[in-house]
Amino acid sequence: MSDARVEHTQTAALDLQADADAISVAPNWKLVWWRFKKHRLAVVSGFIVLFITVVALFPGFFSTQHPSESNAMGSFIPVQRVHFWDEGPSLFVYGVSGARNPRTLRMEWQIDESRKIPLRLFARGYQWEALWLFPTDLHLIGPADPASDAAIHLLGTDRLGRDQWSRLMYGTQVSLSIGLLAVAVSTVLGIFLGGISGYFGGLADMAIQRLIELLQSIPPIPIWLALTAALPRTWSVEQTYLAITVILALIGWTTLGREVRGRFLSLREEDFVVAARLSGSSQMRIVFRHMLPSMSSHIIAAMTLAVPVMIINETFLSFLGLGLRPPAISWGVLLREAQNLQSIALAPWLLLPCLAVIITVLALNILGDGLRDASDPYH
Amino acid sequence: MLAYIIKRLLLLPLLLFIFSIVAFVLIQAPPGDFVTSYVAELAASGSSMDRMQIEALRSLYGLDQPLYVQYFKWITRILQGDFGVSLDWQKPISELIGQRLLLTLALGLFTLLFTFAVAVPIGIISATRQYSFYDYFFTVFNYLGVATPTFMTALVLMWLAFSYFNITITGLFSPAYVDAPWSFGRVVDLGKHIWLPVVILGLDGTARLARIMRANLLDELHKPYVEMARAKGMSEWRLVMKYPVRLAINPLVSSLGWYLPLIFSGSLIVATVLNLPTIGPLLLRSLISQDMFLAGTIVLIYFAIAVVGTLLSDILLAWLDPRIRMET
Amino acid sequence: MDQPLLSVRNLKTFFMMDEGTAKAVDGVSFDVQPGQVLGIVGESGCGKSVTIKSVLRIVQKPGRIVGGEILFRRKRRNGRHGPDARTEIVDLAALDAYGEEMRAIRGSEIALIPQEPMAALSPVHTVGDQLVEAVRLHQDISKPEAERIVLERMREVGVPSPQERMTMYAWELSGGLRQRVMIAMALSCHPKLLIADEPTTAIDVTTQAQVLSLLRGLQEQHDMAIIFITHDLGVIAQIADYVVVMYLGRVMETGPVDDIFHRPQHPYTKALLESIPTMHARSKELLPTIAGSIPHPFNRPTGCPFYPRCSAYMPGICDHGLPALLPVNDRQAASCFLYNSAVDEV
Repeated sequence: MSDARVEHTQTAALDLQADADAISVAPNWKLVWWRFKKHRLAVVSGFIVLFITVVALFPGFFSTQHPSESNAMGSFIPVQRVHFWDEGPSLFVYGVSGARNPRTLRMEWQIDESRKIPLRLFARGYQWEALWLFPTDLHLIGPADPASDAAIHLLGTDRLGRDQWSRLMYGTQVSLSIGLLAVAVSTVLGIFLGGISGYFGGLADMAIQRLIELLQSIPPIPIWLALTAALPRTWSVEQTYLAITVILALIGWTTLGREVRGRFLSLREEDFVVAARLSGSSQMRIVFRHMLPSMSSHIIAAMTLAVPVMIINETFLSFLGLGLRPPAISWGVLLREAQNLQSIALAPWLLLPCLAVIITVLALNILGDGLRDASDPYH
Repeated sequence: MLAYIIKRLLLLPLLLFIFSIVAFVLIQAPPGDFVTSYVAELAASGSSMDRMQIEALRSLYGLDQPLYVQYFKWITRILQGDFGVSLDWQKPISELIGQRLLLTLALGLFTLLFTFAVAVPIGIISATRQYSFYDYFFTVFNYLGVATPTFMTALVLMWLAFSYFNITITGLFSPAYVDAPWSFGRVVDLGKHIWLPVVILGLDGTARLARIMRANLLDELHKPYVEMARAKGMSEWRLVMKYPVRLAINPLVSSLGWYLPLIFSGSLIVATVLNLPTIGPLLLRSLISQDMFLAGTIVLIYFAIAVVGTLLSDILLAWLDPRIRMET
Repeated sequence: MDQPLLSVRNLKTFFMMDEGTAKAVDGVSFDVQPGQVLGIVGESGCGKSVTIKSVLRIVQKPGRIVGGEILFRRKRRNGRHGPDARTEIVDLAALDAYGEEMRAIRGSEIALIPQEPMAALSPVHTVGDQLVEAVRLHQDISKPEAERIVLERMREVGVPSPQERMTMYAWELSGGLRQRVMIAMALSCHPKLLIADEPTTAIDVTTQAQVLSLLRGLQEQHDMAIIFITHDLGVIAQIADYVVVMYLGRVMETGPVDDIFHRPQHPYTKALLESIPTMHARSKELLPTIAGSIPHPFNRPTGCPFYPRCSAYMPGICDHGLPALLPVNDRQAASCFLYNSAVDEV
């Protein structure tokens, strides 16, 4: 076979080879992003989560009234739905009129279609502080006439006449932040303890393993109940908030800890770690610069999936009266108002925070699943 | 296999011992004790007690002793079968808990049966008909099931039943049977009422387990032993049930270990919303009023169920999978 | 005139995936005579496994047979046994893969010895259970009767203490024993055609020799035809009567084993034979290899699939159109434009 021929066939073959190589040189995070983009549902969920986060950061912007403002006369006002059309595009709600029930002596409110209250976007309203720093009176939606004192309750009111819509917005801030904070704390714990366990092995590993097993076999609910019941009622909202976060995180770190340990164990023997060790890198450097980044996508996925769990846990603890208590506002606290049949029968709109929980949890779960699939296509 | 079971059984008392300490510490966590909250309650209703009376009450209940002494006394009495008296209800605890425990167990076991009976077929259908309409339908069902906390389902259903059908779905018995002695009629009545809490309680776990079943089965379906069965001439359904399903179910069985205690502690929330006569609502109340003995006993019961559940699922798994059986 | 037992005509099996269509088997034809050992040889990815899976009709989604015929001469039992049973030709490609008729053929008239015996047996069922099942799937007999047959088969393939082995699990047996069990399972219904999918790949060389001689013996005894899939030319030389050389889903050459080894016609066959390490090479001589590597299934060359790596490449001819498989002498056939300018319809 002549040399020219050999060369020719080799070039033809190598050409075909080159195309296939393009994919193999992309950095890891790019690969993860490409795979993630393919899951359209996960991407949509990501946007939903982003939107909810914006609401949590600027609850004042989205609310129409001060969340703690109560009005004994205006209890159980029904939902005033926003309308968009009235012989042409127009933003308004119907007003309400009330009458006192002669038997129960309670005020009962109804939607009054004879009164229209026009609304506008980016209206002026009560003062609030964006990010606890910048005072402003801008709101997403509000009465077109800032001087009017007509009631606008987009989701009705509760038994103390407090606007449910505004409370929902502020509740989002608390519920979401507790979830995030609890997950952050348990992640740190999990990485720290799981890392020690997996990287150093030996006695430390055994001890931490047994601890994880013990914590995982204990049913968490009685423990949460007992611990939260133990919180003194005299504590402030902030103190209770922090305490609940810690309590939730203390039991929740075990799953992540186990996973981190498993990954450290397998990574320890990988060539790139051995190479780093041989080239003289310190332990810290190996761990932080080489091992942690390779599990970062898994950790992020696990964190995203843990947040909804924490949110649900805080919600039901507050619902039972053991978590956050008024004047704190969270979804659980809001739902506590809907605890008995009488309340729900009178004012079914009190159940609406359920939707907020379900949507948030759903979006976070889908997003987390998408991230997890994207970071580990081989499972 | 026997050696394996014995080894696990020996661990049981050790675990329970550790858990009993945990339970005791938890109960003691709130500042003050029963007498403190009793006095607070009295004060709220307008009466009060003088110091001497309070001290007398304290020593009567043994609350003035150091903690480890209290624990020791408590645990030795429990080992003798004496669970003590509820300070709040002024009744022996065994009497209070007795029937409630039975109902709690019934609720838990029925929920377990329901979960497996529903999750396994859903998982099988989803895996064998991957990407079909059924698969997507069940995927949606699964996501919603996991996203909706149990108490919410209970709350919403309670409301729907009341507003649209004018029925109250609280309690486990109709008025006629609530305090009646056990009879066939009472059991039937229980059946009529218990199915709804079972469904509500089991929804979450069913969604999760169906998903796990689907994933496990998908893993197994592409394996060579399934192809071999097909090459032998077996019909699809028969080979799916005999081979990959049999293997895919194993991890599900091992998950019983964490699922069973989850059902029991989860039943607490449903029971609170629907006002069921189980031990959950009792625990809640006892924690708030710091009724130590009652709270401690119930927490210990939950722990015991958790430990027994894990043991049972380990044994079951060893029985089902000869590879594990032979290794130990 | 020998009527072939199996006649594969222009078989095409494609895998329809999101990224594109992989033409795993793209117009493959060959015949298997009764009692003959046919060896199908080729590199990984050439489509030999998919071909035999198509014959057995166990190709799973997203793969599916899109064209061609698989003519099999099956025994038609009219409820009677013995010399009255007639044979008839049936096109397996046209049958319902999961239907009764195909399932009756699969496992009894055409049997499979899988590639990995360990993975092909269920880890939670005893081997006895799975062997008995193979028998009872096609014969309506009682369990004790089936067990008797199974024990007989196990003795035949050389499994010591078959009674004990029946109650064991696949992972308790050695590699060689497992392979024998699979052979026993395949023989349980006296198939006319045995398909062995790389049966020697997963075992060591000594056991390999034993298994090969066992198969040879059984083949003569039962007068079975065997389709033997492998990538190992040495094994082909030992066991095959007739050889089919495949590459990228097409047949490159066919012929009797002696002719293929001593007078290869197709450049690919020649290159394969040249790349076998030999004792007779001079020291420090470079081992000849085939230039390049197998292209990605979605990136197949137009025209003859082998042209980018072929030493006899003729530009302008080889990259335009697929060469048809046509006789080059009275015994061998090759698909190469060196011998025939006829182009296969795509």
